[in-house]
Amino acid sequence: MKHILSALVHNKPGVLAHVAGMFAARAFNIDSLAVGRTDDPSLSRMTIVVVGDDRVVEQVRKQLAKIVTVVKVQDFAGMDVVARDLMLISIACPPEKRPEILALVEMFQGKVVDIGIKFVMVEVAGPENKIEAFIEACRPYGIKNLVRTGTVAMPRQTQTKTEHNTDNSI
Amino acid sequence: MTTKTEQTAPAQTKPGSQIIVDTLLEQGVEVLFGYLGGVVLPLFDKLYDSPIRVIIPRHEQGGCHMADAYARSTGKVGVMIATSGPGATNLTTGLATAMMDSVPIVALTGQVRTDLIGNDAFQEADTTGITRPITKHNVIIKNPNDLAHTIREAFYIASTGRPGPVLIDIPVDMQVAQVPVTPPQPIELPGYRVREHGHARQISSAAEAINASQRPVLYVGGGVISGNASEPLRKLAKKANIPVTMTLMGLGAFDQNDPLSLDMLGMHGAAYANFAVQESDLLICVGARFDDRVTGKLKTFASHARIIHIDLDPSSIAKNVPVDIPVVGNARYVLADLLEQVEYRERKEWFERIAELKKRYPLRYDRNSKMIKPQYVIEELWHQTQGQAIITTGVGQHQMWTAQFYKFSRPRQFITSGGLGTMGFGLPAAIGAQIGNPGALVVDIDGDSSFNMTLTELSTAVMYELPIKICLINNGYMGMVRQWQELFYGRRYSCSSLKNPDFARLAEAFGAVGLSARKKEEVPAVIKAMLEEKKPCLADFYVDPEENVWPMVPTGKSLHEMDGLNLLEMA
Repeated sequence: MKHILSALVHNKPGVLAHVAGMFAARAFNIDSLAVGRTDDPSLSRMTIVVVGDDRVVEQVRKQLAKIVTVVKVQDFAGMDVVARDLMLISIACPPEKRPEILALVEMFQGKVVDIGIKFVMVEVAGPENKIEAFIEACRPYGIKNLVRTGTVAMPRQTQTKTEHNTDNSI
Repeated sequence: MTTKTEQTAPAQTKPGSQIIVDTLLEQGVEVLFGYLGGVVLPLFDKLYDSPIRVIIPRHEQGGCHMADAYARSTGKVGVMIATSGPGATNLTTGLATAMMDSVPIVALTGQVRTDLIGNDAFQEADTTGITRPITKHNVIIKNPNDLAHTIREAFYIASTGRPGPVLIDIPVDMQVAQVPVTPPQPIELPGYRVREHGHARQISSAAEAINASQRPVLYVGGGVISGNASEPLRKLAKKANIPVTMTLMGLGAFDQNDPLSLDMLGMHGAAYANFAVQESDLLICVGARFDDRVTGKLKTFASHARIIHIDLDPSSIAKNVPVDIPVVGNARYVLADLLEQVEYRERKEWFERIAELKKRYPLRYDRNSKMIKPQYVIEELWHQTQGQAIITTGVGQHQMWTAQFYKFSRPRQFITSGGLGTMGFGLPAAIGAQIGNPGALVVDIDGDSSFNMTLTELSTAVMYELPIKICLINNGYMGMVRQWQELFYGRRYSCSSLKNPDFARLAEAFGAVGLSARKKEEVPAVIKAMLEEKKPCLADFYVDPEENVWPMVPTGKSLHEMDGLNLLEMA
């Protein structure tokens, strides 16, 4: 099962290396990792997606929390969260294909951020499965380049009890 | 540039190196272990005038083991200083050893100037990068104003919670910079929380389980020793009437002369301890971590038992086995709280069963052999020292025989590398323990191969006139490896035998005293002479080269599926 772990860490050199090193040393796999500063410049937030059974992920959570520079770790499993990825994708786009591709971008609530003679660069944000679907939709045109941030997530204020707790809509 | 800073600096500044020494003194450091090098010259210059005693090892690894054993034997934080590059990399084995056994060490390493870092400068190594997985915490100083509080934090982190080594990498320009002297600030480490006291409801559940249990066993580890919890453990075992087995790291936590002691469990544990664990209906684990050398095959480990796990480190709980009643907290407080809620139970059948197991499968060896049996040497040493010596060891057969045949009665009496299994630990550990316990009798029971790895530290023992004893169990092999080759590789002794020096003469060359015994009848007198010697003294015992450690739980087998039981069994 996929778990989203959210770790508040000290914004200091070596912390990312420590976290990444711990995963490698204990043979845990990171699916994605997103790091950024928080509103408090002394703290950063790491959102780590890991795949594993509950026991493994519980051990990951404890090992993370044990790192001195890690302030707090939360496992969002079983919680109603908003989870988002951001992607920049460059698609082959000869002038005659533009209307088709722009329609596709609109359908996925994406944004054209750069356009040239051969390619168009599109920004898409959303839940992971939406990003995956957009990639598949673009494949027939030819993908020149693609870059993704990895998931960031935050729990909702009101927790509703549904089976699929990872939010897929806005 | 330095001169300029000095001229313009206000009166209340000191060089960083002086700040380091002052902060060490403030933290109560009386002795440290350190090896000189280019980028720690400013620091050693300030140590020259300080009341701190500096012990110079012959190799940084040895120094780190000394600081480690100093810490293990005294309960204080061990301090080690090394230079950059090779000095720091030589520390790694010592740090990893301390990390695995949760020993509080503060290691200070020199580093090249900050403006040279990353340039592959002379004697530069990425020390924090290299040591990150083998320290509890590490940090590089980039601002000299951080020196004092970083050192204070290091002592705090090393010695609180689950203890461990902390390394501070200090570039040489930080040591020479002028630093304003500021009063100590309270330590603030957001996210570093230590839960000393167990959760009341968990403790009540544990007490209920204990009171209801017919066949309980206390399985205790190094956490009882580092948590200074031996006294509440003894009281709990007595009050609730529960037998106690110890891990290698736990030996000394409970008096082995006590009838409730089941001695050591695990791969080379006492058969009666292993059987008792397998037959128990309640296993109370205190400050141990279900290591593979203890549990054997996990699936069948204590499979009839409910498990209570008391540990300071939440990540130790449910790591290897599912736990029924977890209690996060320091063994000292948790056991004291438990003590109030447990009741005496007679458990007649259980103790009869244990007595039967003890009678049927005692730890024993062939006393009639014409050769010197290694167990005999250790047993004789135990007799002659009245079981009171501080014992250190290397790693291998001699370590297991020591665990089996030297009966420990108090915490911090047995200093051994358990988790990492570091050969060569014994001699430097004896030196560190002797430094920390000047009046005590300290004996390194070592193997020839282990001793070979760090014997250069004999020079340190001689230099500081330390009356340590080295009781060398010399079988001419890497004994434990040879035992595995005998049992699992058809006696093909690939690369496991060594051409040894004459250790007694070597000891003499170092300025120590060297003795040896080749015949069984010489053993008592040689041990006596060794113990009476005031100088560092090595006694080389030429033991039966192919003696094995029994019993043995082969890898992948259940704890009760021990080999060698037929050799132990009494008719």
